[in-house]
Amino acid sequence: MDEVTADDLARERFFADVPDRHRAVLAPTARAVVVPDGHRFFEEGGRAEWFWLVRSGTVALDLQVPGRGAVVVETLPAGSVVGWSWLFPPHRWRFGAVAVGPVTAHRFEGPRVRELCAADPALGYDLALRFGAVMLDRLEATRVRVLDLYARPEQVP
Amino acid sequence: MTGARSPVAPVPYRVVGRREETADTVTLVLEPAGPSIPEPAPGQFTMMYAFGVGEVPISVSRTGRVLEQTVRAVGPVTRALCATRRGQVLGLRGPFGTGWALEAARGRDLVFAAGGIGLAPLRPAVLRALDEGAAFGRVAVLIGARTPADLPFAGELDEWRRRGAQVEVTVDRPGPGWTGHVGLITALAGAADIDPAGAAAFVCGPEIMMRLTAEALTGLGMDPGAVRLSMERNMHCGVGWCGHCQLGPLLICRDGPVVPYERAVPLMTVREL
Repeated sequence: MDEVTADDLARERFFADVPDRHRAVLAPTARAVVVPDGHRFFEEGGRAEWFWLVRSGTVALDLQVPGRGAVVVETLPAGSVVGWSWLFPPHRWRFGAVAVGPVTAHRFEGPRVRELCAADPALGYDLALRFGAVMLDRLEATRVRVLDLYARPEQVP
Repeated sequence: MTGARSPVAPVPYRVVGRREETADTVTLVLEPAGPSIPEPAPGQFTMMYAFGVGEVPISVSRTGRVLEQTVRAVGPVTRALCATRRGQVLGLRGPFGTGWALEAARGRDLVFAAGGIGLAPLRPAVLRALDEGAAFGRVAVLIGARTPADLPFAGELDEWRRRGAQVEVTVDRPGPGWTGHVGLITALAGAADIDPAGAAAFVCGPEIMMRLTAEALTGLGMDPGAVRLSMERNMHCGVGWCGHCQLGPLLICRDGPVVPYERAVPLMTVREL
């Protein structure tokens, strides 16, 4: 794993307009990782201690469904943040995540980032807003999928 | 069309080919059985007449004298159209509407974003862009479908890739064996290998999908003036006479179906017009 610099973060859309001093504080908590196809980032129910910023490749979020195995509920392309359970108690993963093909990412230490946010409310507020925006996007996308837009009329309840 | 044929008189076309795209969607290959309608431009539609049943607006999915139209069976007329076999004759009027205006996008990267059968009216524009590759920048085709089995034109997407297009497909409900994207098409916007600031986008699908996709693209820095949507309304006459397809100040059959994003969005969020 390689170190990640503040300049590295500046090149990622998620951090593009983060103040320089915040990027400088966050960068030491991150490492560049490369994982192979099929690598499981985390399992549902496990301790949530990391989050990832996907730089290339795709990560699938899944849920274990009895009788059906791991059902993919969403895939996250390059540029996506994977994992927010580290931010909220009880810090347990609610879904699983697996690499679909080789993936490169920046991996961040969740507990360390929480400590930094607690020590610097401006950083905490900034990061909370960014994660809030990610969650809002995912919630809106999920709601639209619930509408079943492409269904045949007779399939729509 | 030869002579001064009435725009409300259907022209007979013979079904010379037929492909089942999905369980409920069929592409018909149509050849004039006599005089032809003028060659449609990408994004235009015809009024397709199943004799004795009725008439519906259907986008042209391949342009030319022999053209293709892709029909999804959702009502009596479309079911009749989907049930037609080789050798049978249908009626066509048109072509109608504005089309995608690809000429205005020359020199730009192109994003085609389709929801379900919304890929049908985009297909002629994709094919034109690939045929005239040097005239355009990079081409990204983003497709959202309900399931992998609901993906139209699945058999030719690899050919589009081979010809240089980036083709990304996402489904709402993956089946066993699906290893592609899962989720809303908006998630693919950021994955499009284009320069948003210099790109043009053509979007077709359910209205909500189009609105959210256009928002995602403009959110990446695309000029709203470079985004076009294809609106679907209840078109009857095709020439702006009857008013069935009115959307605020627009008559979609005449002023659309392709409409600039900035013009369409204020109308799409009105409860009733």
